[in-house]
Amino acid sequence: MKFSYFPGCTLKNKAKDLDRYAIRSAEALGISLEEIENWQCCGGVFTTARDEIATKLSSVRILKAAKDKEQDLITVCSACHNVVKQTNNAMQNDAEFSSKVNRYMASEGGYDGSTTVYHYLEMLRDIVGFDALREKVVKPLSGKKIAAYYGCLLLRPGSVMKMDDPENPTIMEDMIRAMGAEPVIYGNRNECCGGYVVMESPELAKKKSGDVIRNAKAQGADMIITACPLCKYNLMKNGADVPVVYFTELLAEALGVKEDTNE
Amino acid sequence: MNKKYLREDIIRMSGVNPKKCMRCGKCSGTCPAYDEMEYHPHQFVSMVESGDIEPLLESDSLYRCLTCFACVERCPRGVEPAKLIEAVRLTAIRRQGANRLTPNDIPAMLDDEIPQQALVSAFRKYTK
Amino acid sequence: MQRIGVFVCWCGSNIAGTVDVVAVAEALKKEPGVVFSTDYQYMCSQAGQDLIVSSVKEHNLTGLVICSCSPRMHEATFRKTAQVAGLNPYMVEIANIREQCSWVHKDMPIGTEKAIILGKAAVAKVNLNAPLTPGESPVTKRALVIGGGIAGIQTALDIADAGFPVDIVEKKPTIGGKMAQLDKTFPTLDCAACILTPKMVDVAQHENIRIFSYSEVTDVKGFIGNFDVTIKKNARFVNEDICTGCGDCVTKCPQKKVPNEFNLGMDNRSAIYIPFAQAVPKVATIDPAHCTMLKTGKCGVCSKVCKANAIDYTQKDEFITERYGAIVVATGFDPISMDKFDEFAYNQSKDVITSLEFERLTNAAGPTAGKLLRPSDGEHPHKIVFVQCVGSRCDSCAEKGKEYCSKICCMYTAKHAMLTRDKYPDTEVYVFYIDVRTPGKNFDEFYRRAVEEYDVHYIKGMVGKITPEGKKLMVRASDLLDGKQLNIDADLVVLATAIEPDKSARSLATMLTASMDTNDFFTEAHPKLRPVESPTAGVFLSGTCQGPKDIPETVSQAGAAASKVIGLLAKDKLKGNPCVASSDELMCNGCSSCEKVCPYGAITYENKEFRMPDRTTRVRRVASVNPAVCQGCGCCTVTCPSGAMDLRGFMNEQIMAEVDAICK
Repeated sequence: MKFSYFPGCTLKNKAKDLDRYAIRSAEALGISLEEIENWQCCGGVFTTARDEIATKLSSVRILKAAKDKEQDLITVCSACHNVVKQTNNAMQNDAEFSSKVNRYMASEGGYDGSTTVYHYLEMLRDIVGFDALREKVVKPLSGKKIAAYYGCLLLRPGSVMKMDDPENPTIMEDMIRAMGAEPVIYGNRNECCGGYVVMESPELAKKKSGDVIRNAKAQGADMIITACPLCKYNLMKNGADVPVVYFTELLAEALGVKEDTNE
Repeated sequence: MNKKYLREDIIRMSGVNPKKCMRCGKCSGTCPAYDEMEYHPHQFVSMVESGDIEPLLESDSLYRCLTCFACVERCPRGVEPAKLIEAVRLTAIRRQGANRLTPNDIPAMLDDEIPQQALVSAFRKYTK
Repeated sequence: MQRIGVFVCWCGSNIAGTVDVVAVAEALKKEPGVVFSTDYQYMCSQAGQDLIVSSVKEHNLTGLVICSCSPRMHEATFRKTAQVAGLNPYMVEIANIREQCSWVHKDMPIGTEKAIILGKAAVAKVNLNAPLTPGESPVTKRALVIGGGIAGIQTALDIADAGFPVDIVEKKPTIGGKMAQLDKTFPTLDCAACILTPKMVDVAQHENIRIFSYSEVTDVKGFIGNFDVTIKKNARFVNEDICTGCGDCVTKCPQKKVPNEFNLGMDNRSAIYIPFAQAVPKVATIDPAHCTMLKTGKCGVCSKVCKANAIDYTQKDEFITERYGAIVVATGFDPISMDKFDEFAYNQSKDVITSLEFERLTNAAGPTAGKLLRPSDGEHPHKIVFVQCVGSRCDSCAEKGKEYCSKICCMYTAKHAMLTRDKYPDTEVYVFYIDVRTPGKNFDEFYRRAVEEYDVHYIKGMVGKITPEGKKLMVRASDLLDGKQLNIDADLVVLATAIEPDKSARSLATMLTASMDTNDFFTEAHPKLRPVESPTAGVFLSGTCQGPKDIPETVSQAGAAASKVIGLLAKDKLKGNPCVASSDELMCNGCSSCEKVCPYGAITYENKEFRMPDRTTRVRRVASVNPAVCQGCGCCTVTCPSGAMDLRGFMNEQIMAEVDAICK
């Protein structure tokens, strides 16, 4: 099964593990991720102002690239997913916005909002299926107590992201169970790590990340997984004394493809 | 800028109707950046509604909002305060010379691990 | 040809101020059929009516046009006047020259012109009026009450006391409803059981009341005075008539791990159970989903220990059909699901509970025998946070919660907070509120007592997020008056959940053809003047099925509904409204369009034999209107594609004559 794949900038630099293990795990699950050609940065954050057009064009181009190949689009970084999905939603539901975008893009052909966007986790749940995933696990992570950290971007706004219950999500917990480990449920898993405000106020990021780590540990976690490079950075930077890893890395480990035989 | 025009502009830009607010304070009750803010999410809603926008434009609170959307998700009235804060922030930084962050500021902020995503996001939020 | 009299009313200056009433009377004199026309200051007064009666006699009038106020106001008055004068009351038409004319125009010539036109239309209609006689139907002197909570209990008792037989249908194994689950009741703090259970006993012992417990209504046919209702008595696998309620079976039943719905799942019951000690009827019920005998055929313990031999594993659901003159809906409410509000962590911690669960936790007959203990570890909580308006007052676009205020939460939360502080002075109690709404006798005083005498911390603001951590619940909330965000490490959180109509209400409304609002509350016939009647004749509303209300209001409404039922059942025959639809069978093409649009279920189809011109007979499917059910709304007449359906008193040709008169 083939999908268009948008990794985003961070996955080609500081978050290579998120990308590498995503691709390897997908292969092990019989899914081929075809990276979009000549992609640009998604923009990092989705600007909610309705008069911001140019800043959203790169995301529209990502969506259009997938549509041109008649493929569904897979993202893995939380931020990219949020931006691309919110842009797609605006293209579908905000007629004024989409007509302006299409005027900008007249020379390269328009885009109608019809691409289906999956986050990698949604692909695991809705296309592979967690039962099928369980059967492909060769190294079950038994005995591990893992806290899934969702942050904000995967879940909110819930009416657009539609990944899961934004207040009590289960998608990563179900994945953790499928890999043979025990999920740790903790309230701050959908609270903010401090995000980009770390640039402006490192103290705020420290406090917010600290709240997440403290809560996860108090509920018994000995590892935290995330889909977001910035979340990982903030947690690691601000006192995480349990490992914080990308969910794809853990997945690759469970599927027995973490060590690349070709490397 | 004319007070009334400013209010209308922010409402149009954000797509938020501040009149729907019932003053319950849930947005501020859930805001993770509350303690860092001078004006809190519920005040953004009520001050935009009353046209008292200049103090907001000048407040550092604009740059403390994490755009985490907790207030948007949890508002019982569907008011979406974060979108309003974004519109006020854009109004502030779109003014000439009002960029919050410049490329010259970056080297001092860098460390070996900081992801590209942080820089891109911060530029998008703090700079026009 | 009619001999029509026109009577133009001044209504003091109400009409005469903007309409030249003399000119109107003069102009209408020239209309076809009019033999007499006059004006008078107050036509509805005794003198005015006398003028009408004497004019009828003097001029041999056969029809009347009264140019006056809205027919809503005085149509009935003038119909009676006509009757006194010896005319059929339906030979009267009102031209509304007040609300539709003088009150909406300022200019005398315009007002006068319009009044003349309205008068002409009425004259044109009266020319085609025919005398109408209302039909009669018998009244079955028995009432059905659907729902056995406090609303249904009170309504049934009041009707039964007036001497009419009443049946209560309750879907649970016992009557009592939500009130039976409550601990104490505001604002007097009398114990709910102490005031409710005697009423339950009264119901059980009343010679005029039958209780169908563990039963539901599955079909309703008929109309006011004559409803044929099918009641399904679910198999409880216990013979109700011989079970003594001794409880031996309950004690001995080996399957004891069934979540106890009466205690909202906070403890377990056995597969054969009696919901609570004061249940009415006090008989056991086997839960087929959990009974080992019913599931596997192996067990039979209850049957062995039952001295009365009441257990019957072969019992089947039973259907009964009864005829009733009136139906009272008293289906009540439920707290909404907290699934979409997990920022409050209801699904993540056992120590986040709903207010109804709190009632059970403080009730002496509850899972903790009335001791307030944390559900997670059975420890005594010290810091307790109450959150108001959870799921109430939500915007419709927020996709969760209800738009309305649930009305009872402010008061029961004040009660919970006060009682907690009273019984456990070592506790710290916080109430987060948006507004405190306490309109009711002694209500605000009650709330103030919680604050001033019991030291409950009322904080204006809302809780934004609850994070369970270790044994604590970290509550993040805003304090709007102090301009602070608070973080409270609570031991127990109580959510004042919005209430919604019982889920069974919608299907019941369909069966009854009774209307509901978008929230599934039953709609009243008039929100102010007919608050306990459904727009469907013979269907009455009692309690929270009509809207959120507390116990005193529910009991008042229950009594009001009963008095309406008694008023109906006291009659031997019902006079119908003669202005009902009727179908011309020769023109009816059997398309069913009218049946589909009829809001009252008054139209049925039947196969009828018709003699054809060639002397053969043919069976055709034709519409038939039940005049006792038809409310004369006219939907069918405008829907009928063949023009077969017509409304008496508002015949198509009468309406067309009015239109012609206006357009002339």
